[in-house]
Parts: sequence; structure tokens; C-alpha cells
Amino acid sequence: MVVLAQLQDREDVHLQSHIDGAPILSLKGISKSFPGVKALSGVDLDLYPGEVTALVGENGAGKSTIVKILTGIYQPEEGTITVSGEPLNFPTAQDAGKAGVTAIHQETVLFDELTVAENIFIGHAPRGRFGLIDKKTLRRRAKELLDRIGAQIDPDVTLKDLGIANKHLVAIARALSIDAKIVIMDEPTASLSYKEIEETYELVERLKAEGKAILFISHKFDEIFRIADRYTVFRDGEKVGAGKIADVNEQSLVKMMVGRAVDQVFPNRAPDLGEEVLKVVGYSHPTEFEDIGFSLRAGEILGFYGLVGAGRSEFMQALFGITKPSKGAIRIDGKVAVVRSPNEAIHRGIVYVPEDRGKQGAIKGLPIFQNVTLASLSQTSRKGFLKLAQEFEMAREYTQRLDLRAAALDQDIGELSGGNQQKVVIAKWLATKPRVIILDEPTKGIDIGSKAAVHEFMAELAAQGLAVIMVSSEIPEVLGMSDRVIVMREGRIVAEYEGEALTPESLVRAAAGIEEARA
Amino acid sequence: MTGFLKSREAILAGAILALLIGVASRFPAFVAPANLANVFNDTAPLIILALGQMVVIVTRCIDLSVAANLALTGMIVAMINTAVPGLPIPLILAIALSLGAMMGLVNGLLVWKLDIPPIVVTLGTMTIYRGIIFVISGGEWINAHEMSDSFKAFPRASFLGLPVLSWIAIVCVVAFLLLISRTPLGRAFFAVGGNPHAAVYTGIDVGSTQCAAFVLSGMLAGLTGYLWVARYAVAYVDIAGGFELEVVAACVIGGISIAGGVGSVGGALMGALFLGIVKNALPVINISPFWQLAISGSAIIIAVAFNAASSRTKGRVILKKAEHAI
Repeated sequence: MVVLAQLQDREDVHLQSHIDGAPILSLKGISKSFPGVKALSGVDLDLYPGEVTALVGENGAGKSTIVKILTGIYQPEEGTITVSGEPLNFPTAQDAGKAGVTAIHQETVLFDELTVAENIFIGHAPRGRFGLIDKKTLRRRAKELLDRIGAQIDPDVTLKDLGIANKHLVAIARALSIDAKIVIMDEPTASLSYKEIEETYELVERLKAEGKAILFISHKFDEIFRIADRYTVFRDGEKVGAGKIADVNEQSLVKMMVGRAVDQVFPNRAPDLGEEVLKVVGYSHPTEFEDIGFSLRAGEILGFYGLVGAGRSEFMQALFGITKPSKGAIRIDGKVAVVRSPNEAIHRGIVYVPEDRGKQGAIKGLPIFQNVTLASLSQTSRKGFLKLAQEFEMAREYTQRLDLRAAALDQDIGELSGGNQQKVVIAKWLATKPRVIILDEPTKGIDIGSKAAVHEFMAELAAQGLAVIMVSSEIPEVLGMSDRVIVMREGRIVAEYEGEALTPESLVRAAAGIEEARA
Repeated sequence: MTGFLKSREAILAGAILALLIGVASRFPAFVAPANLANVFNDTAPLIILALGQMVVIVTRCIDLSVAANLALTGMIVAMINTAVPGLPIPLILAIALSLGAMMGLVNGLLVWKLDIPPIVVTLGTMTIYRGIIFVISGGEWINAHEMSDSFKAFPRASFLGLPVLSWIAIVCVVAFLLLISRTPLGRAFFAVGGNPHAAVYTGIDVGSTQCAAFVLSGMLAGLTGYLWVARYAVAYVDIAGGFELEVVAACVIGGISIAGGVGSVGGALMGALFLGIVKNALPVINISPFWQLAISGSAIIIAVAFNAASSRTKGRVILKKAEHAI
């Protein structure tokens, strides 16, 4: 109650819940932290039978964390979960299933090699004599369930032969088979065609009619306003608003999502733009992005904003030579450059600090200094043999510039904290003396202190005349650091903002595809 | 990494020492320098192959074809020797090295270009190489009297008190120490095995690095093929049958992680020595060959359990740090 009172105009929620009856599932004061990051702090979420609640928020707002808590994958540190008025906790995924919670993910969790009927009843298949699976009943009941949701799927077909939309239907049939009362749909329409999306909406209506409580996570405002009855908005791990969809419009939802003034401090920069360093013309890929073009000047920080899956990282990987573009050209310092491999990209002065440093950045098992020099071994070797003294020298120089905190340079990189690992990875790239540095989500999952250090450093890089491309899904960071921002959506550049036009609302609108006129 | 691995190597060295002391307490003659030199010479082929296997395993692959490669190269050089008895030894060595390297290249290219899992590739080529021996030899043996004297004498020739075979193993160890610690390729092996995704972003081609590891492993298998056939003065289809598993076992005992990215030359050397000593000591103290297998097998499991345990404590350390940070 205390939490609720702190939030702006929440009284209506209380009133509504009294009028419509109790929620079937109610989360109160849920908190969850990961080392260095508070993912959720004291959030509430109510789901009502026969109603669709849309959960909206920026990337990193805590939406997937709450889904994982609801499905028993994470356990909250604080807070209570009440199902049909009874307090419960979900120590495992099975417990969540027993309590009637089921989730349909973007990437459905089903078994490709089994048939549709087997997938629907896996774990609770009807048994016949000797405890063996009763195939006849299995097929008949699968057919009944599929009919109930209006799905035209043969229960004997192997799952891998179905499209994504049909896999979702199987997942929903499975949810019905275990008599789930609460259905979580995590961006169910993200990779569907127009017709399939319409079918998904119809299905949601059917589930509503059956009295299911639905949590619908989506970035698409048009569908939120079309199918949701209620909304809950998360921002930076806190609930910032909830209520009836009928009482809000897109404008006010966007405002809640992006929130008040930024409380992070960003370095003061006086950008001193130099010559054009990089020019990209008509870069296209058969499936991931199309007609990407921009130019970048020395000393500039260019932000790339967009929703997850907008094709930003995919484009950056092509720019860095990991994947091949189908069309397009790049010019470095005015000269046409061909980049066919990361090695060529590094030689031409483009480096890429990838998003997931655990997976794509640090090499555990190698000591810090070897991680730093790994991309510049040609500089530290003579006649094919490495000069360890030179390697140490290079590692010392770059890690000192980044203020790395480590016991010794021959320490295993795995023993460092996330922020310090990130510094080592950045030091590796600086050691190659690049012209253009691409930073993909440079501060994702690191603590505030390290974030500030990375931002300071990014500003310093630009001041030294490097051209910086920053891919980020965090609006404060994009606004605080960039001289110019390109917004991508569904593989295309949809907007470019600088100066006055660069506002949180404009970014969110462009990324979500909301037209100006409707806003 | 070095401190951590050094301590693991120290434990392995301690185990070897304890083994030697245990045997010496009943049979002091076993630890006489001359006998230890014999044991080392006997273990030399295992040491050489374990070095090649080590780089392959470090890059997250495995080479099951080494023993078949050894046998096929051995058969081919033996046949060349019977056909042209006067061929000088350096030329024989060059032929053995390049034949082995070619067979390694086949493995490497299949893994790199066709993206087939290494265990499948080398299981296949292992069978193929053995099959080829049968085809070219018609199943016949090549015996001592068919080989030229200089061909047979080379690995046994004594130099500074040790047989050439032992010296070759020592040279290989030194060369691999240099390769691993002082060359970009050595560094690339660990980068590819430790984090293939990150290696790609660093401009290291994962496939070609793994291919290079297979070529090295094949090259050493080829070299050992000639040494083996010359030392035992016989070549036939089944020589060194099952030896590939002993090579992998030596690596695992030596602390080389099957998951890739972790390993050292010292580890491979000591893993091989441990197995070599067990193999030579047990008959001396009258323990049946069954126990030899059981002891080797237990050593593998203990080594893996030890590695798993040490990486678990590492995880706890990280958590403690995170707790302090909060």
C-alpha cells in the first residue's frame, strides 16, 4: 500500500479492482537483484480473469524478469505472490505450472522432434494399461483442444514442420490442457505475418472468453490498444503506472515509459567534429536489414536506437565483416573499402565491441594482458614470435588509461567484475588504434559507477578524434551521449534526430512505429 | 591462469613422485636413472601424440584418428623403405611428417569447411585410414628383415646417452612450449577454445585455427608412425590399435579441459608420463594388466573430478566478491 501511495494517481486502480472483483493473480512488492543491478524494486502486478493486461516498458525495465518470476525460473527476494487469494511461492517451474501459470514465449519452448499431440500432453499424457501412454486418447484429446482454439493443425504432424504461428497455437493448446488460468504471452506477434497476427488476436479473444487472465507483453502500441483491457508500465525496475486502457492514450503511455528527468549524469562534451571518416551507402542484407546509409565524422558520437530485433546489431556485424551484405558500399576516409572479415575490418580501422561481453568479448582462461593484446599481436611480435615484455607494456598502457582495477595483469580475466572485464575488452580494441569504434550496448548489465566511467571514456575517445557508433536501447544513455541518433525499425532506418528534435518521445515513437499524427 | 594451472601441474608432479616412491619402496631398481630413461623412451610416442592432441582439445575439438594416422604413415614409410632401401633418413622423416600433416589437413578441412563435429570427422577418418592400410598392404605384415638397417636403427641410435626417440620427444616438448607461449598461433588456439564468439570479433578465424591444430596433430602422428614402425621393426594393419584413447587420456589427466580453452604443454607431458610410469611399473611389482587399466581409468576420473571441483570453487569466489560489492 505504501508503494502504491507513492506513485502518481493510483487511486483509480483501487477503485477499479473493487468494482471488477479480485484479481486472480496478484504480485505485491516484488524485488529482485542481480550482482550489481537491481532488476525489480517493489513492483506490483495484478491480473484479472477474462481480461488482458498489457505490460509495457523500455528494454531493461524488468519485464522479462517478472515473467521469469511468474514462471518459477527466478525467485524474488521480497514480495508476495497471491493466486486466487492464497499466498504462494514458485520455487520451481513445475510449481508455477501447478498453480496454473503458463508462458508462451517468442521462441516457444516445445520439442521439435515430437508430434503436436505429444507436445501438448508432454509430462501429463493420458495413460492406458500398464502405465503406457494411451495414444488413441492422446490424439483425440489433442484434437479437441486444437478445435477449441480453432486451430487447423493435424495432431500427428511433427512439430518442426509447423510455422511459428502454429507453434504458438500448439503452446496455447498445451496451456489449455493443463488447465492454465494465467497465460503469459511474451511478444507473441513479434515474428508473425499480418494474417497470423490477426489470428493471434482472435485467439486472445477466445482465451478471454474462457476466463483466462492474460499478461500480454508487447512493444506495439496499436495492438496494446486493440486487445488489452488494462495496462501496467514498468520503468527501470519499478512500476510507474497501471490502470484501464480506456483511460489512457499512446501519448500518456509513452510518457510513463520514458519517465521524468534523467538522474544519471553524463559527461559535458563540446563536440569538435572533423572530417568524414566513414560513409555507408545502401547496405542491405537478404533477411536482416535494408538500405542502411549514413555518414560519420571524426569526433562524433552517433547513437543507434531501436527495439530489440530492429536489426541494429545485425547491421553492425555486417559492417565489421562477420556477415556479408548483399548490396551496398562503405568508404573510409573517402576511399572505397571492402570488408570481408573481422580481420580486414580491424586493419581498416573499424572495431566492434560486442554486446554480450560474456559470450563475445572477454576470453576466460587467458590472463588480462593476453586479452588486451589479442587483436594486435602483429604489433607485439617480431619474426613470428611474441615479445612478452612488449605485450605487458601495451596492456599496462591501455588498462591504465581505462583505470582498470586488477591485482595483476597476468590475473585470469574471469576473476574480474563485469565492469572491469568490459574495460579489458575496450582496451583490446583501443590497442589496435582504430578510426571507428562500434560500441554495442556498452553499459548493459554493469553497475552505475562503471557506467559513468564507460561514458566518460566514450566522451574522451570522441574528443581524441575517434568516430564512435553507439548502439543502445537505453534512452537516457542515447540522449545523454549522442550528437546524433539514428532510429532503426524492422531492419530499416526510420528516423534521424539531432539537437532540438532529439527527445525521448520522438525516439520511442519512431522505434515503435507510432505516427506523429496519432500522437 | 598460470598460477592456477601451475598448482594443478604441481599436484600432478606430486602424484607422479608419489607413484615413483611407492614403486621404489618395493623395487628400488625401478628408479635407477637407466631404468627411468627407459621408461621415458617407452613413453616418448605417447608424449609426442599428447602434445598434438593437446592443441586440438584446447580448440574444442578432438582427434580420434591419431593412432590410425600413425599406423598408415608407418605402413607407407615401411613400404617405401622396402621398395627403395637406400632412401636417406631425413627424407623418410620429411615424408612421414608431410603424410601425417596431410591426413590432419583432411580432418581439419572437414571440420572447418563442412562444419562437421570433430568427433564424427575423426571417427570416420580413423576407420578410413585403417582401411587404407589394409588395402595397400593386402593385410600383410612388413617384418624386420624386410626393412633396411639404417631405417630401423634411427630411433634407437644413442645421442648424449639417450636414444634419438627420446630426444625427438624432448625437441617436440620444447617446440610446443615455444609455440604455445610465444606465437600468435599458440595464442589463437586458446582464444578459439576459450571463447569462439569473442575470437571471431578479435579477427581470429575459428575454423582455420582448428584446422591448424589438426594439421599439427596429424604431423606429429605421422612422425610417430615412422618412429614406432622402426623401433618395433614391424608394420601391420593393427599397430597402435586403441592408442588414440590413451593419448586423450594423457591429456585429460594432464588437466587439459575437454571443454576447450584450458591446457598446457607441461600438463600433456606429465599426463603422458603418469600413464607411462603406471604401464611400466605395474608389471614390475607383479600387478595384473587388469589393474593397469583400472588405475589408468581411475586416474582419468579423478583428474576430471578435480578439474570440475576447482572450477566450482572459482565460481564461489566470484559470488563472494559480488556480495561484498553490494
